[in-house]
Amino acid sequence: MKKIYIRKDYCLGCGLCEIYCATFHSRYPDSIVKAYKLSASKPVSRLVVEKMGDDACSVMCRHCREPMCLYSCIAGAVYRTGEGAVVVDEDRCVGCGTCVLACPYGLIKKEKVKEGGKFLALKCDLCGGKSELPQCVANCPNEALVWREEEEACAM
Amino acid sequence: MGISWQVPEFVVERDYARCINCGVCVSQCANEVHYFDEDWQKVMHRDIRCVNCHRCIVFCPTGAIQIKKNSTSFTFNANWDELAIKNIYRQAETGGVLLTGMGNSRPYPVYWDKMLLNASQVTNPSIDPLREPIETKTFLGRKPVDWRENLPPQLELEMPVMFSAMSFGSISLTAHKSLAWAAHELGIFWNTGEGGLHQELERFADRTIVQVASGRFGVGPELLKKAAAVEIKIGQGAKPGIGGHLPGEKVLKEVAATRMIPLGSDAISPAPHHDIYSIEDLKQLVFAIKEATDYEKPVAVKVAAVHNIAAIASGIARAGADIIVIDGFRGGTGAAPLVIRDNVGIPIEFALAAVDQRLREEGIRNEVSIVAAGSIRNSADVVKAIALGADAVYIGTAALIALGCHMCQKCYTGKCNWGIATQEPKLVKRLNPHIGSQKLINLLNAWKHEIKEMLGGMGMNSLESLRGNRLMLRGIGLTQDELRILGIKAAGD
Repeated sequence: MKKIYIRKDYCLGCGLCEIYCATFHSRYPDSIVKAYKLSASKPVSRLVVEKMGDDACSVMCRHCREPMCLYSCIAGAVYRTGEGAVVVDEDRCVGCGTCVLACPYGLIKKEKVKEGGKFLALKCDLCGGKSELPQCVANCPNEALVWREEEEACAM
Repeated sequence: MGISWQVPEFVVERDYARCINCGVCVSQCANEVHYFDEDWQKVMHRDIRCVNCHRCIVFCPTGAIQIKKNSTSFTFNANWDELAIKNIYRQAETGGVLLTGMGNSRPYPVYWDKMLLNASQVTNPSIDPLREPIETKTFLGRKPVDWRENLPPQLELEMPVMFSAMSFGSISLTAHKSLAWAAHELGIFWNTGEGGLHQELERFADRTIVQVASGRFGVGPELLKKAAAVEIKIGQGAKPGIGGHLPGEKVLKEVAATRMIPLGSDAISPAPHHDIYSIEDLKQLVFAIKEATDYEKPVAVKVAAVHNIAAIASGIARAGADIIVIDGFRGGTGAAPLVIRDNVGIPIEFALAAVDQRLREEGIRNEVSIVAAGSIRNSADVVKAIALGADAVYIGTAALIALGCHMCQKCYTGKCNWGIATQEPKLVKRLNPHIGSQKLINLLNAWKHEIKEMLGGMGMNSLESLRGNRLMLRGIGLTQDELRILGIKAAGD
């Protein structure tokens, strides 16, 4: 399957991936200004930019072959799509946070996205196939994120 | 000393209706213009630090930022203009030589823009480059008159453009990688500048011209043998008569290893070569290099365009150089005294025409190839340079602009936000060589198409037909003297 791969040497830590990710998963996927100015709560990015000194690295769900989140989910909300992405069914999710604890990479967030709504497990869904490239890849200014088949990426 | 009289040169205008306080501008500005204010809980800015490099504008995801020239003006005075007054404030405050980067920015005439190209109409057919092949291949090196003589070493270029000398130290390793890669892909050459060839780039050595300059940094017999050609640098257009100084803080591990100097030591290139005080001395170095490379590599000599350039070039040709590089007064630099950059040297157009003419008159034009440098901005400049007598051109500034340079002229600060003129690791990685090399390849492929269009329009199917063909040029708005020196007729004549 195609996955997002990170080239740490080129990551600037600018955080544009977070902004485009958060916007795409907000109520206003087409407008960053609306997503940030009109949403009741701050839009949540599904990925995290880790920084240490001069190094930076944008990290998101690895869509593991052995997904601990999927195995641990008490509600059966985490499932694998036909394309191989590991995603959360938000209707089924009960916001218990078990997957957050189970993820060895710490790449699942537990947040309330709607005012007064329930807690949800939020994670990368590879933009659900709704755009040609995942938003973070499409908008990375330095091609630090690439969209590749697993085999190609191993040869990188 | 009291309060500083310097006011911001640029002002940042942030549209808070669009700003989402994401902090991208904060992370991208190495000059620390943008910052997040904890009390106001929003991103704010300090105008005085802004150098107008446009990094924040390009990166702002909501288009909230504009940078404008500070509209505060001095009382009008055609003599004491703003720059003259501000430079006095700066020097009165610091007591130092004013530094700058890139090429001469003063409004001197640009003679490329005062020359027009010919095209075929009725009496000879123009050629459509999409239907017929047009040859842009170029060979640099000495061409013997007698065909029975063995051909001396030549550089074979797919198009008459090369990347000019910019050292590792003045620019980043990622910039060097981009240039080397692009030169390799394009079938042209790039130049290491004075500072040696980084070991990671040795695989591109066959596309590399290495430079021997007054500091001899990074030079050794292995390097000379590996390279495609060797260039002796006497001077550069931005600062004729001035040496170089790479400050110790830029001499990090990689730079130190490549230059073969101690970590953190200042790399000072003297103004002259202390073993070259005459043409005869130059001849010794040229032949020392030829000996060291078994007479297998062409040797180039680079000089700045100065007043007596024709005689100097004649001497260089007679000293045994295979290629003469002439760098006009608009050539760029990583750092130069402002007063030198803006006031010393002559335009490349005149220097090129004068040298080509002189070498022809002396019957030694075939002994050397001429490479013109110093602000070749587009394919039309290339074609005009060829028609004036150049065999090829060097581009430096144009290549850096393709890599993202926004011409803020602050290269000497080492804080290049585009990852070009810097050695800071977090800035260097901003230039991804995969992207950089592709941009260079695109630029030169575009120029190649345009060069073919212009040649075809003139009814020529080969660059050779245009070389030194000044009948293809006409001057516009030039004086008799300027026309005479350029060796061209006035438009309509």
